[in-house]
Amino acid sequence: MSGTMPSAAVLARYEMVVGLEVHVQLKTRTKAFCNCSTSFGDAPNANTCPICLALPGALPVLNYEAVRLATRAALALCCAIRERSVFARKNYFYPDLPKGYQISQYDRPLAEHGHLVIGTNADGSPVTVGITRVHMEEDAGKSIHDRYPGLTAIDLNRSGVPLIEIVSEPDMRSSREAGAYLRALKQIIEYTGVSDANMEAGSLRVDANISIRECGETALGTKTEVKNLNSFSGVERALESEFRRQVDVVSGGGAVEQQTMLWDGANGEVRPARSKEASHDYRYFPEPDLPPLVLATKWITAQREALPELPRERRDRMRTEYRLQEGDIEVLTASAALGDYFEGVARHHGDAKAAANWIMGEVLATLNATDTPLDRFRVRPADLAGLLDLVRDGIVSHSAAKRVFAEMVATGDRPEQIADRLGVRQESDAGALGAWLDAVIAEHPAEWQRYRSGERKLQGVLVGMVMKKSGGRADPRKVNQLLVERAIG
Amino acid sequence: MAVTPDDVRHIAHLARLAVDDARVPELVRELNGILGHMEALGKVETEGVEPTTGVGDAGLALREDAGPPIPLTRPLEGFAPAMRDGFLIVPRLATHADEEDDALA
Amino acid sequence: MTIPGDRRVAPDPVSGVEGAFAAMERARAGADGLNAVLWHDRDHALDEARAGQAYLDDGGVPGPLAGVPVAVKDNIATLHLPTTCASRILQGYVSPYEATAVSRLRRAGGIVVAKTNCDEFAMGSSSEHSAFGPVRNPHDLARVPGGSSGGSAAAVAAGVVSIALGSETGGSVRQPAAFCGVVGVKPTYGRVSRYGLVAFASSLDQIGVFGRSVRDAALGLEVIAGRDALDSTSDACPVPVYTDAAERDLEGMVIGRPKEYFPPELDARVARACDRALERLVDAGATVKDVSLPHTALAIPVYYIIAPAEASSNLARFDGVRYGLRIEGDGLRAMYDATRSRGFGPEVTRRILLGTYVLSAGYYDAYYRKAQQVRTRITEDFRAVFSKGVDALFTPTTPTPAFAIGSKTTDPYEMYLNDIFTATANLAGVPAISVPIGRVDALPIGGQFITPHFDEPTMFAAAFALERALGQEAHR
Ligand SMILES: [Mg+2]
Ligand SMILES: [Zn+2]
Repeated sequence: MSGTMPSAAVLARYEMVVGLEVHVQLKTRTKAFCNCSTSFGDAPNANTCPICLALPGALPVLNYEAVRLATRAALALCCAIRERSVFARKNYFYPDLPKGYQISQYDRPLAEHGHLVIGTNADGSPVTVGITRVHMEEDAGKSIHDRYPGLTAIDLNRSGVPLIEIVSEPDMRSSREAGAYLRALKQIIEYTGVSDANMEAGSLRVDANISIRECGETALGTKTEVKNLNSFSGVERALESEFRRQVDVVSGGGAVEQQTMLWDGANGEVRPARSKEASHDYRYFPEPDLPPLVLATKWITAQREALPELPRERRDRMRTEYRLQEGDIEVLTASAALGDYFEGVARHHGDAKAAANWIMGEVLATLNATDTPLDRFRVRPADLAGLLDLVRDGIVSHSAAKRVFAEMVATGDRPEQIADRLGVRQESDAGALGAWLDAVIAEHPAEWQRYRSGERKLQGVLVGMVMKKSGGRADPRKVNQLLVERAIG
Repeated sequence: MAVTPDDVRHIAHLARLAVDDARVPELVRELNGILGHMEALGKVETEGVEPTTGVGDAGLALREDAGPPIPLTRPLEGFAPAMRDGFLIVPRLATHADEEDDALA
Repeated sequence: MTIPGDRRVAPDPVSGVEGAFAAMERARAGADGLNAVLWHDRDHALDEARAGQAYLDDGGVPGPLAGVPVAVKDNIATLHLPTTCASRILQGYVSPYEATAVSRLRRAGGIVVAKTNCDEFAMGSSSEHSAFGPVRNPHDLARVPGGSSGGSAAAVAAGVVSIALGSETGGSVRQPAAFCGVVGVKPTYGRVSRYGLVAFASSLDQIGVFGRSVRDAALGLEVIAGRDALDSTSDACPVPVYTDAAERDLEGMVIGRPKEYFPPELDARVARACDRALERLVDAGATVKDVSLPHTALAIPVYYIIAPAEASSNLARFDGVRYGLRIEGDGLRAMYDATRSRGFGPEVTRRILLGTYVLSAGYYDAYYRKAQQVRTRITEDFRAVFSKGVDALFTPTTPTPAFAIGSKTTDPYEMYLNDIFTATANLAGVPAISVPIGRVDALPIGGQFITPHFDEPTMFAAAFALERALGQEAHR
């Protein structure tokens, strides 16, 4: 691996051309081709059966839910669904691949010709990345190489878990765009409830194809495939590093060789995964154990109509409906759940800006601090709206509201109850205020006289005394009014 | 399209079959002999003929996303060649890098 | 006279099973004789028989096979006997689950008394390619019983059982049935669940049934046929009562005689036996019509591309990781190579290499894709004749009677030509049955009926009629 680093000037002469292959694990109860549970963290090989162990004579039977979720994702990515798609066998030997082939789709995938908007150009036009195809396949098991010296340990619990592979066009020109694509993709996958799309947990995996060319050039250069990418930031760093490596090779008069590179996050560099002669010959052919998957037009239409509001549509709607700044909208639509939460509060309370501020402040802070997912957050939108009402109506002060909120988080009780329990309702009843004022006047006759004879600067002192007597419950605005009335009267 | 000794070694590698060099010429002869008879297919006009994929056009019947899995009457430990702590055990790849990507395929 | 749900009740389950094991002794069906039977467990079989008897004593309704001993080819998963596919790579392997066809046999009252020998992974036409030694033909111990289901055919011919399961990919039930003088049926692809049948070539494999008579075969198929949710290629269309076909006469039935199955070089004695059979069918009311299936000659090339291709993939799971033979080596690659090279016999190795080659980069279109296109043509041939008023086709099952053990082991293709009249039905997915039609040199030969997809009733009607019409001629 060349350690040299091309100068900024040299780098500037080239652009990167990136396409991404993303594997997403579908959120099904059971595996793609057998009735075994997809749950993780169980004892090794606990979730296996004749089918996912590839016992002699066992046959695959496809899971309807996997088809539904795959179709849903493909539709959300604006793909055309193939009414007759064909499963194929991808043949290769690996100990965590029990059948010696992966059931996938090859020349007739489930869906093709989609696209994903990943941002907006300066002129306001959308930045779009083409989706080449979305196909269904099964996951392999897990190989653990570092558990026993000289041995590999195999756990087949993951073997046969349903995946979709989402292949993009080589439409990305920077690591930043690649990152934006991945975030937009993850968001749409989450919105549609197709997958947890969690890269750390392995339910979303990324391989990158990258080539370089001189700016202005239109032909594609020789690409390399970068694997072993385990975070979005890792993808961006890996692309930068591979870009520099390729520029270094090409600007030095060499040629990039088509190969698979592995990202080494620790050392922040890519290294070749395998020698070329071991290049693979997967001998794809149509899976004879599964007839073609035939989807009725009516069914596909129904799936399209069942799609939820997607991130972009939601942002457009919220922009006009709540008149929030772009930044706030981005934050509030990060997940479908947060968007729903915000809209729930805004609808109950009325003041969208106040709702946004509280959610982006107190709520997100609490969720992050306790890292609680929103669906297990004890403060329901209606109750938060209730608290905001109390603040707006001057029934609790802003600082008291924060104490009430903390109690709501802890107990899940309604804000009114908590305000009473904490005794933080502000007192605005003339009778009560009058009684406190009388007491203060009785204790400090001299000050009262000087105030009445025009020493206005004493007003603050007297209000302070009343507040003190009320234990902070008196509504300061009302106390001031009352003081003025008495002085004149 | 005659099979060469290198082809035999290549496909033997793909099929994970150790073929000692002594047997290669014999296999080359056999495979070419068999494939020779296949040339007859070349003479058939198949322009625009759909290849048979799967039998019957009913389409695929799907299963409900539910358990329970088909039970094993004997546990994996009862027939697996090598297990430890519930894991299946295999020797480590001698040259690991050359199949690393397979693991991720 | 038959009634729907016709059954073949043994005197009683226990004596039925004891009879079967006595017959196994007499016929020397084991390794010391025919070598037709690989595995059996007398005690377990008797336990099942007693359980069956107890069920009947409690007034349980006897199933159509109540107490009937059956034999099962060793590539079909059974719970209490090994399932080795006659291969070293599965030596000692006992399946932890049961094939659907076997479950259905047992639910009908049948008792599995033996797992039968065959060509390793059903790859062969002589039952010589078994890791456990060749099967011998009961009619002449120096000759092969045919294959790959030779053990099941021999077990029925030797009187060990009256019903046995085999499997077909290119004729592996019909050809040994013909060589052993018994009835062998290969149903429509999708008629019988393949769940638990160890895959050779998935798009061609079907479990088939051997019977001492057409009725035995019809009854056996009736019991195992029908949709199975565990096999995505199994068909949902209802299963008729096949034994009812015994009552149908052939009045008005049109039987096609495809000229490609009667080439000039066909053994004259085989041709004569076929002519006699056709005369008897005409006497029974059928009319015979000369037809043509132009792509017949291509069946063998097509078959020997598609079957090995699928086999090369289906046999990848035998890697020494989860079950079966494992031979340690220095590193994973060495373990794979050692396990598979020593676990598979020469014919299996040859076909895996052939199949890997025709699928490998650069050759797929020229071989595999081309073969699947020609396969479509072969299927169209059948649709064409059947759409022109032909109800069934009649052909010889094999060009010759059983050949001598060891006589066809030099040139693999010589052996492959045995399937020339049978492979077409597998490629097209249509049902076919072989029934005894006479002898050549005192060796049995068979005649074959082929009918349209899922028209087993017509196939059985013709077979019943021919069996009746030939009577003892079928074995002379
Ligand atoms: Mg993939
Ligand atoms: Zn399973």
